[in-house]
Amino acid sequence: MRASRHAAPASLPIGSDADLAWVRQQVRQAAAELGFGLVQQTKLVTAASELARNTLVHGGGGHVEITPLDAGPSPGLRLAFVDAGPGIRDLDQAMTDGYTSGGGLGLGMSGAKRLVQEFEVDSRPGEGTRVTVTSWATVVPPTRPGS
Amino acid sequence: MTGPSGNGPFGGPGFTVPVLRLGDILLVTLQGELHDGMAEQLQQDITDRIAHTRVTGVVIDISGVDIVDSFLGRVLAEIAAGAGLLAARTVLAGMRPAVAITLVELGLTLPGLRTALDVERAMELLTAGERQAEGSP
Ligand SMILES: Nc1ncnc2c1ncn2[C@@H]1O[C@H](COP(=O)(O)OP(=O)(O)OP(=O)(O)O)[C@@H](O)[C@H]1O
Ligand SMILES: [Mg+2]
Repeated sequence: MRASRHAAPASLPIGSDADLAWVRQQVRQAAAELGFGLVQQTKLVTAASELARNTLVHGGGGHVEITPLDAGPSPGLRLAFVDAGPGIRDLDQAMTDGYTSGGGLGLGMSGAKRLVQEFEVDSRPGEGTRVTVTSWATVVPPTRPGS
Repeated sequence: MTGPSGNGPFGGPGFTVPVLRLGDILLVTLQGELHDGMAEQLQQDITDRIAHTRVTGVVIDISGVDIVDSFLGRVLAEIAAGAGLLAARTVLAGMRPAVAITLVELGLTLPGLRTALDVERAMELLTAGERQAEGSP
């Protein structure tokens, strides 16, 4: 039996370009420690980069909560991007490939969703946005003993 | 407020993007964490450099880059588009397999950006291309 969940999620601020870089590094490190493979790590870090940038650019800044999930059969990592910005009025539109309210490519939300296993948006106009994503490390068969 | 232009190192404080001129080709090596502001500065600096040196090709080596998101992808595409307007062709070299897999899923396939497996092949592509615009052997 593995130990249960880590004590508390880590919370990192998202208020600048440098914070985005730091969030990417911390997500990468947490995923690597949980045993995520390289492709899984890269997908999750890329999704995190998109969502953190949305928190910064569209949400006016906020924070991310990083929660390792290691109680289940496969370790996972949950990331919640939180801001108190304008919120998303039309979620279907925001999730559409190519839709952007600014000068982006409009791939951040829809692309991030494809890169993770679980994706949830909680947003209220005028109150803010919380996007929660979870990825699970692929279960790798243990290496043969005695080799 | 603008950063270094011309011949200085690119990027913000404590961060440089090495740029080497090899004949008619500019070799740009991206490594590690590129902040959004640095990426935009880089775009401007490369375009300036092409205009001043009149190189005909640009190779951007991204073998040291561990993620490309939609922001960096857009910057790379815009660098290539800007270079194209200045009559220089751009080849993206050395993308890591995990990055390629992720970009496809993200939905960013970078049409219009030529790629090569490594810098050497990228240089070959550019020198070969000088003789014929679109040759198919
Ligand atoms: N945290 C947020 N707060 C408010 N609006 C948001 C937030 N995140 C996304 N949106 C809205 O959803 C739209 C789509 O987001 P998405 O990330 O897909 O595209 P983008 O950020 O405009 O461009 P890209 O990410 O491709 O550069 C945004 O243009 C914005 O209107
Ligand atoms: Mg976005």
